[in-house]
Amino acid sequence: MPISRADVEHVARLARLTLTDEELDRFQAQLSVILEEAEKIRRLPTEGVPPTAHPLPRVNAWREDVPGPCLTRDEALSTAPEVEQDRFKVPRIIEEAP
Amino acid sequence: MSPETLADLTAHELADRFAGGSATAVEATEAALERITATDERLHAFLTVTADQALEDARRVDQRRERGEPLGPLAGVPLALKDVLVTKGIRTTAGSRILEEFIPPYDATVVSRLRERGVVILGKTNMDEFAMGSSTENSGYGPTRNPWDTARVPGGSSGGSAAAVAAGQAPLGVGTDTGGSIRQPAALCGIVGVKPTYGLVSRYGLIAFASSLDQVGPFARDVRDAANLLEAIAGHDPMDSTSIPDAPTDVTSRLTEGIDGLRVGVVKELFLEGSEPGVLARVREGLERLERLGARLEECSLPSFEYALSAYYLIAPAECSSNLARYDGVRWGLRAKDSADVVDMMQRTRQAGFGAEVKRRVMLGTYALSAGYYDAYYGQAQKVRTLVRRELEAAYERFDLLVGPTAPTVAFPIGEKADDPLAMYLNDVFTIPVNLAGNAAISVPAGLSEGLPVGLQLIAPALGEATMFRAAWAFERDLGLSTRPVQLGGAGDAGAAAEEVRS
Repeated sequence: MPISRADVEHVARLARLTLTDEELDRFQAQLSVILEEAEKIRRLPTEGVPPTAHPLPRVNAWREDVPGPCLTRDEALSTAPEVEQDRFKVPRIIEEAP
Repeated sequence: MSPETLADLTAHELADRFAGGSATAVEATEAALERITATDERLHAFLTVTADQALEDARRVDQRRERGEPLGPLAGVPLALKDVLVTKGIRTTAGSRILEEFIPPYDATVVSRLRERGVVILGKTNMDEFAMGSSTENSGYGPTRNPWDTARVPGGSSGGSAAAVAAGQAPLGVGTDTGGSIRQPAALCGIVGVKPTYGLVSRYGLIAFASSLDQVGPFARDVRDAANLLEAIAGHDPMDSTSIPDAPTDVTSRLTEGIDGLRVGVVKELFLEGSEPGVLARVREGLERLERLGARLEECSLPSFEYALSAYYLIAPAECSSNLARYDGVRWGLRAKDSADVVDMMQRTRQAGFGAEVKRRVMLGTYALSAGYYDAYYGQAQKVRTLVRRELEAAYERFDLLVGPTAPTVAFPIGEKADDPLAMYLNDVFTIPVNLAGNAAISVPAGLSEGLPVGLQLIAPALGEATMFRAAWAFERDLGLSTRPVQLGGAGDAGAAAEEVRS
């Protein structure tokens, strides 16, 4: 298969997903089928063809730097699972020193 | 047949009745809500119905009309809104359990524009989770059923809006199209669906799937309604830096002028073997019809289309893996409880909140962007995107429009392709090239195959909507199919429609 079980586990870690063993097996098989299909474009000669990241040729969209209406702090925090002292609250990030 | 109600009328027929004083927006809204009550237990097109708000909005339009205020063509017309556009104070899920309790603090620009024009939003419609799918089976809240045969899918990802419009729950719907998610469900439900030029309609407040491909567009039961709805939502928005300034938004003033002399390219690659014979038969009859109407048809070949599907299924997952990084349990949506640390919280939140297809695409995109594979997959896909764009540009030097089928099959049974991602992805094989190039396209009903609808796809260059609608209008008028909603058919059971929330 074009993608190994170890690759699938690695990608799951990068994507912040704790997949079950059953999911890892299924995704290894399914991603392999999809990547085999993608082989035909890997082999396509594209030397000298520039990539297209976006359909519009626009480069920069400038506007005057003037303040306008925006969400209040309460509105911006209203969707958060946990808030404390007007901030998003998250579980511990850094271990305490022993 | 039950007697005709206001729910059976198109938006422009409703507008005529409103103007003539023989119906009110409140009556039209009540008729739509009654149709939802009568049919949605079986159909499951809506995730949230905002009945009280809709009636209040309708009342306000009626009052403005009584005062003699000038009102646009969509004032008082009910609409079904895909649950991927954020609505202030109204739950917005994007079809995902990870946003089950998400109440946005602002309106998407499309929503503000609709409200300004007096459009009555009935509620939020079901969809494949984060718009990833072609059948609406990937919804975290259970599938929507096709009103033509409730054992079959309505297409996707905007299947809820398409089914709602086809069944007369609303004359108008709004969807989003990243790889065909408006056109394919429109084809499978026998209605009109439009993917506008990239940048014509604001994406501000559209929950992102693949930002370089996503575009908002209309559903309707006839071409005029679809064109009017596009005019209502199109236009520059300073809140979306990819929105085109000074884009022409008049797509209706020459709608009925006919297509005599129009140059139409028949794209060879859209008539692949593997499409259902009934679909190809209806589309070939459609080509003859266009010719009879005065269009000059000629075959053309766009060989890069063969690679478009593979390129899309690297580009879209790559962008989705980046866009969906924001669902980390910090600022909105679900959060896993009792986590050891922040990474554990993020991982368990995403594992619990995302469905299988979303995980699959996040995985695929993360892989395609990861060290060692970036050039081979994502970089190569971007080059294919250039080839598709160039071939289309060259074709537009010879043709005003291109034509082909919208989808290779009619609506398929629920469950048939659920375990085979590649088979599901093939639904989009004819719609994807347009998204890669940022062009416009419409699916217009072309008749039935074995009792189920077939769509004809007309493809236009960027900002070629006016010509596209003109051709679609001429085609629709000559074919003369009914614009009335379809009565629910088939033997599909009522099943999992318990997720509906009334607020």
